[in-house]
Amino acid sequence: MRWTAFILVWLLSAVSALAQSQDAESIEIGLSADNIAITSDFSGADLTIFGALDNADPLTVRQGRYDIIVVLQGPAATTVVRKKERFFGMWINLHSETFEGVPLSYSLATTRAMQDITDTATFVRLSLGVDNIYLKPGETDGDATRIAEFTEALRGRKRASGLYSERVGGVQFLSQSLFRATLSLPPNVPVGTHRARAFLFKNGVFLRETSAPLSILKSGFEETVYRVANGFGFFYGAGAVLLAMLVGWLGRLIFRKD
Amino acid sequence: MGIYLPIAELSVNMFILLAMGAAVGFLSGMFGVGGGFLITPLLIFYNIPPAVAVATGANQVIASSFSGALAHMRRGSLDFRLGGVLLAGGIVGSTIGVYIFAVLRRLGQLDLIISLLYVGFLGIVGSLMLVESVRALQKAKSGQTASLKKPGQHNWIHRLPFKMRFRASKLFVSVIPVLGLGAIIGFLASIMGVGGGFIMVPALIYLLKVPTNVVIGTSLFQIIFVAAFTTIVHASLNQTVDVVLALLLMFGGVVGAQYGAKAGQKLRGEQLRALLALLVLSVALRLAFDLFVEPSDLYSITPAGVA
Repeated sequence: MRWTAFILVWLLSAVSALAQSQDAESIEIGLSADNIAITSDFSGADLTIFGALDNADPLTVRQGRYDIIVVLQGPAATTVVRKKERFFGMWINLHSETFEGVPLSYSLATTRAMQDITDTATFVRLSLGVDNIYLKPGETDGDATRIAEFTEALRGRKRASGLYSERVGGVQFLSQSLFRATLSLPPNVPVGTHRARAFLFKNGVFLRETSAPLSILKSGFEETVYRVANGFGFFYGAGAVLLAMLVGWLGRLIFRKD
Repeated sequence: MGIYLPIAELSVNMFILLAMGAAVGFLSGMFGVGGGFLITPLLIFYNIPPAVAVATGANQVIASSFSGALAHMRRGSLDFRLGGVLLAGGIVGSTIGVYIFAVLRRLGQLDLIISLLYVGFLGIVGSLMLVESVRALQKAKSGQTASLKKPGQHNWIHRLPFKMRFRASKLFVSVIPVLGLGAIIGFLASIMGVGGGFIMVPALIYLLKVPTNVVIGTSLFQIIFVAAFTTIVHASLNQTVDVVLALLLMFGGVVGAQYGAKAGQKLRGEQLRALLALLVLSVALRLAFDLFVEPSDLYSITPAGVA
């Protein structure tokens, strides 16, 4: 199902007038709602974010030398990466490394291929892109090659599960100053406070960044179930038991022969 | 149609889960087992996190056991006293199991232990049942009547102290093996997400010499409570019970069980046991395959807590 959250167009005439006097480009994104609700039929969606590039140099615009990267970054969590190894013929988890503050999800859209925007060193410095995002190892006695190996594995697993994604061409200019970014929300998108960030590049040079928070919530029934399960575990469990007994009893009532 | 599971935190196809419940329900109705040992591996194959699959499996088992126990209560083939003693042991075993479950999950070895227990127990029970039923089939062919219970025959279990009389089972036996058996089943129930019927039924018949007609009702009776206890403890400690998932499986299961019971009546006892043995062995082999064949991805990630 394709589902789109509309994000407000941000037209700041006052700000742009001010910016013009300073002769510098500025970038803005705006969100029409500060939360998105996940319903029971959620199976992934596209999120559209609108934004404005103010005080753009018309010549640079015509040459297409402005580039924008928009990222939706999920809540951060300590993440354990485990590696299986053969042990008495069985494949079991033997090694692990912990990483701190790993974004649970990371969805990125660009105006064109990453390598055409600027060099890798800049992306690494900005911690921008699935391959460049900085993943901080926790306390470890492993050496650098081992950390690098587990870091790559973490990126690989996140990519494979659809939680980390990149969409080349996902950002499009609608006019000289208006742009639209389409990001992918995977079906397993984590709930919590996400952050939408937009990065502006001109001729391969990073100019500035702007960001806005976005909450992703479970809605209605799902949210209630999740909250009750986590807040009132005992009563939730007791309820689940009674429900199971009710279903068993109903089944008997409907189908019994004796 | 897709449906979002609030605890497993993923979107799944509703009809696949209903069909899964119905298929397992059919088999459980046919063979008179709870089906937990099939549901949990199936859920894991379907990418449900093992922790959620186990806790939800326990929840699902309640529905089918409750339905079955009601039928046995009506027929009087349920020994409440024996069930009660088994249950006392079961609660202890289940509590220990849930704590160990939480520790293993933190260490990242939960999936391994679940698989090992499944391969081990299903392998042993399946092999024993297959050997026994093939012998019974051969005997039936040569004209002899097969009997599981040989009255008057006693083993070491019957020499233990603290004897107790179980009238409905026509049994006078020490409470130690009964409590111990209950505890083992409770422990397995919480770690494997099963009711434990596939171990309980043979153990009651072969070890304690309980009459076969009382065994299934009594086993179902105690499974209800152990599974209920396991569900509540998992819900309180690990927050891994998904009611939406459990409900889908239960609905499918209740319907499937009715047709399974009808199909089961058309087959002879030893044929049923041989088929069940093959089923149990194939699940064990499938899980062993995953354990011994190099996985396509050696790495796995788990969140260790939201910062």
